[in-house]
Amino acid sequence: MCLGIPGELVEMPVDETDLALVSVAGVRRRVNVGLLTDEEDLAVGDWILIHVGFALAKIDEAEAQAALEMLHGLGPAYDQELADFTGSAVGREGL
Amino acid sequence: MTALDGEHAGGGTRSAGWAEDAVARHAGAEHLRSEEQVLERIERTRRRRPRVREDRITLAHGAGGKATHTLIEAVFLEAFRNPVLEALEDGAALDAGGARLAFTTDAFVVSPLFFPGGDIGDLAVNGTVNDLAMCGARPRHLSASFILEEGFPVADLQRIAASMARAAAAAGVEIVTGDTKVVRRGQADGCFVTTAGIGVRERPITLSAASARPGDAVIVSGPIGDHGITVMLARGELDIEADIVSDTAALHGVTADLLDAGGDGVRVLRDATRGGVATILNEIAGSSGVAVVVDEAAVPVRDEVVGASELLGIDPLYVACEGRLVAVVAPSRAGAVMAALHAHPLGAGAAVVGHVAEDPPGMVLLRTTFGGTRIVDLLVGDPLPRIC
Amino acid sequence: MRFVDEFRDADTARALAARIAALCEPGRRYAFMEVCGGHTHTIYKHGLEDHLPDAIRLVHGPGCPVCVLPMGRVDDAIAIAAQPDVIMTAFGDMMRVPGGDGSFFDAKAAGADIRMVYSPLDALKIARANPDRRVVFMAIGFETTAPSTAMTVLRAAREGIENFSIFCNHVTIIPAIKAILDSPDLRLDGFLGPGHVSTVIGCRPYEFIAARHGEPLVVAGFEPLDILQSVYQLMLQLAEGRCEVENQYSRVVPWDGNRRALEVIGEVMELRPYFEWRGLGFISHSAMQVREAYARYDAERLFAVPGVRVADPKACQCGEVLKGVLEPWQCKVFGTACTPETPIGTCMVSSEGACAAYYNFGRFSRERVRAGATGPTPLADPVMPR
Ligand code: SF4
Repeated sequence: MCLGIPGELVEMPVDETDLALVSVAGVRRRVNVGLLTDEEDLAVGDWILIHVGFALAKIDEAEAQAALEMLHGLGPAYDQELADFTGSAVGREGL
Repeated sequence: MTALDGEHAGGGTRSAGWAEDAVARHAGAEHLRSEEQVLERIERTRRRRPRVREDRITLAHGAGGKATHTLIEAVFLEAFRNPVLEALEDGAALDAGGARLAFTTDAFVVSPLFFPGGDIGDLAVNGTVNDLAMCGARPRHLSASFILEEGFPVADLQRIAASMARAAAAAGVEIVTGDTKVVRRGQADGCFVTTAGIGVRERPITLSAASARPGDAVIVSGPIGDHGITVMLARGELDIEADIVSDTAALHGVTADLLDAGGDGVRVLRDATRGGVATILNEIAGSSGVAVVVDEAAVPVRDEVVGASELLGIDPLYVACEGRLVAVVAPSRAGAVMAALHAHPLGAGAAVVGHVAEDPPGMVLLRTTFGGTRIVDLLVGDPLPRIC
Repeated sequence: MRFVDEFRDADTARALAARIAALCEPGRRYAFMEVCGGHTHTIYKHGLEDHLPDAIRLVHGPGCPVCVLPMGRVDDAIAIAAQPDVIMTAFGDMMRVPGGDGSFFDAKAAGADIRMVYSPLDALKIARANPDRRVVFMAIGFETTAPSTAMTVLRAAREGIENFSIFCNHVTIIPAIKAILDSPDLRLDGFLGPGHVSTVIGCRPYEFIAARHGEPLVVAGFEPLDILQSVYQLMLQLAEGRCEVENQYSRVVPWDGNRRALEVIGEVMELRPYFEWRGLGFISHSAMQVREAYARYDAERLFAVPGVRVADPKACQCGEVLKGVLEPWQCKVFGTACTPETPIGTCMVSSEGACAAYYNFGRFSRERVRAGATGPTPLADPVMPR
């Protein structure tokens, strides 16, 4: 229901308007970062999630990396596993 | 969940007249039991002659999508019906006094009038030149009419005229007649331009959106959506900046090279303006009674257009170009056509984006980068920025 | 684009699809509801269902804020927009949503000054630039969007901008999910939780769904691999006999949400006693209104609106479709009286609605579309990689 797009912080807010400059594939817009709590201490190069001109969250790059590794782990290695699995009637029963 | 009665809602309850009418109009329709039957009925309904349901013109009627098609068919085609118009091509192919001519007209309203990469003047010349080129014609003469708003700066008009002159010289056409009207302040948005053009069809070929055949290659001549995104951003309302310029260009040169290479293997040429590539492909699929299958990964789109489109929630396939053409070419000539395109500066980014298939007729299908398939339908109106 | 392209990879999708298929119990059918319209959009846009076995059906839930907006509220907004000194501002999504007498586009054609904005801050900017006009922002959306509206009101207050107000239609997702769970004919095996709402509210508010209703829920991201992985996690839970709230979208969603965003909403807005949802009826505590302290920014208090409820035609079966009890094509008026051009029911209003999505993309049997889309493309090599 809510379009949120990742963007890279390229310039921190210069005044108290909380407007930072964010780049999405080279397209730039001022985005309000006032909803992010201070603990998150933003810095240029951070990635944030943009929704209607506001940053809703800082993207956790470690979590993203972990998710991707998990996904890629499902790849070719698993194909072998699957082949063994479907090859055996016992495996099917095991479900 | 607390279900409350209507009376709790404050000011009472009424019904929506238009919705009740719509239900009443279809009251006789029997309730179908199977999905296939329902889908078939929808297809029948869709094929019916369109009616304009709105009482007033809305912006959607000018967006090039379903609403525009409905308006054209229900109002203009209904009033002017003749075989040439019925083809609904970019221009009319005419035989007059032994000459094979192409004739077209186009009205230009763009806000802002000046944008990165061009202005309304370039658009007005290139747009009409391109419509003639898409008929396989060599553009020759143009007319230009101006509707000006009281108070419009003369300097701006001079700037527009200068870029029209430049564009005409580059396209090898002359603006040979014209007209000027001024309306009261508030009755127009600065400056509207209408151009018409005549070209000569020197080649013995007939191009038509109805000529695509299964197996044909579908080609676009370069990255799509540049113009639409540029203008959308240039309006300033979205506060988005990008290093991107309109692709406005006269395509007669690259078209001539393409036709030299492809000969009668070239079946359809269209410039992908309003409504973008998706709209053109739907027209081709509909007119030819074929399916058009597009490979998402093969469609050239610049990073900035992707970025802006993601941010605004729109699909670049529906975004306007002003210097890109879509060609449908017999498979045997596709290689030659691609080589010719790549040899021309305006075709350097050309790509085969898909092919024509038999079934389902009238449909545009997209094979997504994700490995799925979906239908690419006509939009009702403009692609609107969305937050959902 | 980073965090986007890598979550759209077809090979990974195929591997994941094989895992999902392997988890299907023979003869069993599964129905998962994606609550959020953004998920519906992703599913259709990327043709995600091609990767799912036939035994798994995705049910499109009520999570599109423009679709669930009652027609009477659109009428009220148009009544405000029709005042001579008013500039109404709205997201693009709102423009085509029908009210009892037409949409914002129709009202604009009839002379109202209605402008599309990308952000509520843009509406505030218009107010600054037009001090002699009253600028109203049509505020819609779930908890994702409400903080932005609230921040904009706070900014207006800080700057002392007096010609700006909001017409508040913000809704909350949990009561809507409750309403669906309470429906007696519900037949679901689990939920895909709305990822972007959860950046704000976190994952805890869903715990009752697993604990009390016995339905697993996975908070899902919006790229197609996110959704596929979430379906996989749901299937794993079912296979292992677990029923939990899981967070697939941990790169964006903190388990406890965004405290600051919740504070900002709470500062400016409070729950309404009840609010009408198209298709679901009146749901208590399911929407927000502007607090007394910010009354001067509340268009509902500043303008006299008709406040007349507009009933959906009797033939509408949106409630059943929203709950997944009926498929869109089973509605009596689907495709005849109710089409994307004349959407009489909520599920047809935005392209995310279940009926519109089905009409636009699902009309043809998947087999036929898949068959049509096979076959080689001549010279298929992308010249310009994306
Ligand atoms: S077809 Fe229209 S009325 Fe029927 S359920 Fe869908 S949106 Fe509602």
